[in-house]
Amino acid sequence: MACDGRARARGVRPGIAASAARALAHDLVVRPRDRCEETEALLGVAGWAAQFTPSVALDLPDALVLEVSGSLKLFGGVDRMRASLLEGCGQMGFTALAACAPTARGAAWLARAGAERCIEHAEALESALAALPLHLAVRAADTLEALHAIGARTVGDLAALPRDGLARRFGQALLDDLDRAHGRRADPRAFYVPPAKFHARLDLPAEVTLAESLLFAARRLFVQLEGFLAARAGGVRRLELRLFHREATAIVLPIGLVAPSRDAAHFTLLARERLGTVALAAPVRALALAADDIVPLTGAPLALFVDENGRPEDWQKLVERLRARLGTASVHGVGIVAEHRPEYASHACELTLARGREKGEEAKVGLRPFWLLAAPRPIAEIGAVPHHGGPLKLLAGPERIESGWWDGGEVARDYFVAQTPAQALVWIYRTRGAAGGWFLHGLFA
Amino acid sequence: MGLADPGAPLAALLARPDIRRGDALAQVANPSVPTGFAALDAELPGGGWPTGCLTECLPAHEGIGELRILGPALAALSRAGKRLAWIAPPHLPYAPALDAAGIALPQLLIVRTAAARDALWAAEQALASAACGAVLIWPSAVKYAELRRLQLAAEKARALAVLFRPPRAAGEASPAALRLALHTAAGTLAVRILKRRGAVCAQPVVVNIGAPRAVDSAVPAPSPARSAHPQPCDA
Repeated sequence: MACDGRARARGVRPGIAASAARALAHDLVVRPRDRCEETEALLGVAGWAAQFTPSVALDLPDALVLEVSGSLKLFGGVDRMRASLLEGCGQMGFTALAACAPTARGAAWLARAGAERCIEHAEALESALAALPLHLAVRAADTLEALHAIGARTVGDLAALPRDGLARRFGQALLDDLDRAHGRRADPRAFYVPPAKFHARLDLPAEVTLAESLLFAARRLFVQLEGFLAARAGGVRRLELRLFHREATAIVLPIGLVAPSRDAAHFTLLARERLGTVALAAPVRALALAADDIVPLTGAPLALFVDENGRPEDWQKLVERLRARLGTASVHGVGIVAEHRPEYASHACELTLARGREKGEEAKVGLRPFWLLAAPRPIAEIGAVPHHGGPLKLLAGPERIESGWWDGGEVARDYFVAQTPAQALVWIYRTRGAAGGWFLHGLFA
Repeated sequence: MGLADPGAPLAALLARPDIRRGDALAQVANPSVPTGFAALDAELPGGGWPTGCLTECLPAHEGIGELRILGPALAALSRAGKRLAWIAPPHLPYAPALDAAGIALPQLLIVRTAAARDALWAAEQALASAACGAVLIWPSAVKYAELRRLQLAAEKARALAVLFRPPRAAGEASPAALRLALHTAAGTLAVRILKRRGAVCAQPVVVNIGAPRAVDSAVPAPSPARSAHPQPCDA
């Protein structure tokens, strides 16, 4: 059905049989055409293009119609807007032709004919359309054949034919189409309504095992997501990238963000770190990207002077990158818990939510070490003196901590600050009661 | 040029941070963070912990005061709204102690890593992001090329970057701008400056980082418990 430039150079043309094409080019790669996926792709582009105007309509099978007159000022004029449309399509991996005309049908015909023109006035439209080949205006094959037989080759030829005769022979619909293209008849369109959630899938042309190639493909989806979010003035906190193998289940890579974002470049960066953490067991056939929870993203005011403490987005991006590679649980803050047992008095908490000590609490506890061991380590007692790399000299204490009888984690300990022979300061305790013994619990560092 | 007054341009030249003289401390390009210990500030170029370059801290033993010597600087940075990143710390940083040292807990970022490579990567990210006021790194093993990479990342950041390494690293070459070996001396901390920008420092700097007083009896007899509440110790 279609072929690229290299195939064309070897003599392959659309419409010839696959066997004939193979005879012309033995290394020809033939792929079946999937109209369903073409429409899916077109819908994806429509969701992306909705950032330029709310009035996006599908012109099946292969075109999108955007009503842009209301958005031209915002996007810096028709030329700039067309450039950003084409650039975005390129980033998503599509080759697009764009034409601009006062009527939707006229613009679609111009674009399909490859005439990338920008016609702003109705007078110029008539002559521009007149030169277009007839098959754009006439869909039905038998009508097209009959018109060719009477010598009509272009849209201009068709418009020159007597209207009542045309209507009698080929039906009113043909004339209506022509009038809509010229703006003589209303051409209402059902505008595309973007879905509430973002789901996009990309089948890879070949099986991929390299993370870098996956990233290249994933970037197309991220660009699509960025446009989709821009159209809704929203952002996402959580993405899900799925990698599909030939069989078996997909690998799901969740990507979390500290603050909502819709920056495709940033998504790509996070996906790079995330992809670096997974081992691809089998080649990947397809990618899918899902973003279910879209939150409003208000435009942040740009700081006039960069704060010496750095911009908040630098901080967010750092945390997101670290978490993408190391996992969410490995990147955290520490906070104080109102609890007498030392091992529970400090906890790993969500960043920036750490709670400091409240006023008036300061005096209640004694000296605490910077490092707490994950679990108290038993140390020897020789001649009634605790030993850790030699006899320990007790400097301060005892500080008695008895607590936790209510939750089964009861402790009864006497804490001391002690000095090792190497003059390091350690925090040790002796359990009270019959099974007494010395334990190392912290280092003063 | 400079024929009329040859002294002035020379003085301007010598004030450049990348020119060092053997008889003085170098000028620093980035403002330093005061250590909180006057004796140590006097021996450091810029009068404090340098920013925008790597500092190596080589404690003779774990627990002799390698964090307490940084405490005042970290507290000041966190109170000024800067973030403090702790990359691959060897133990759990204990919030009550950090809080008691004056460090603002919401400014802390703890990164725990499984692999040595991840720690260096995380450190580089933290330095490169310009979002952190101080980056403390406990690498398990680090090669010269990796140190150089960290030093380059630190030069781009304006952060205090401290690398904690074992004492045997003192014999190895390092691109760090400041290298300190920490020893204990009669209850205080002796800081031997292995390397700094400027004149060589021959004498160790004795810093009183504050240690709790000795209790009267070496091994106190456990007293019968009356109170279920913790008692303040006499530190």
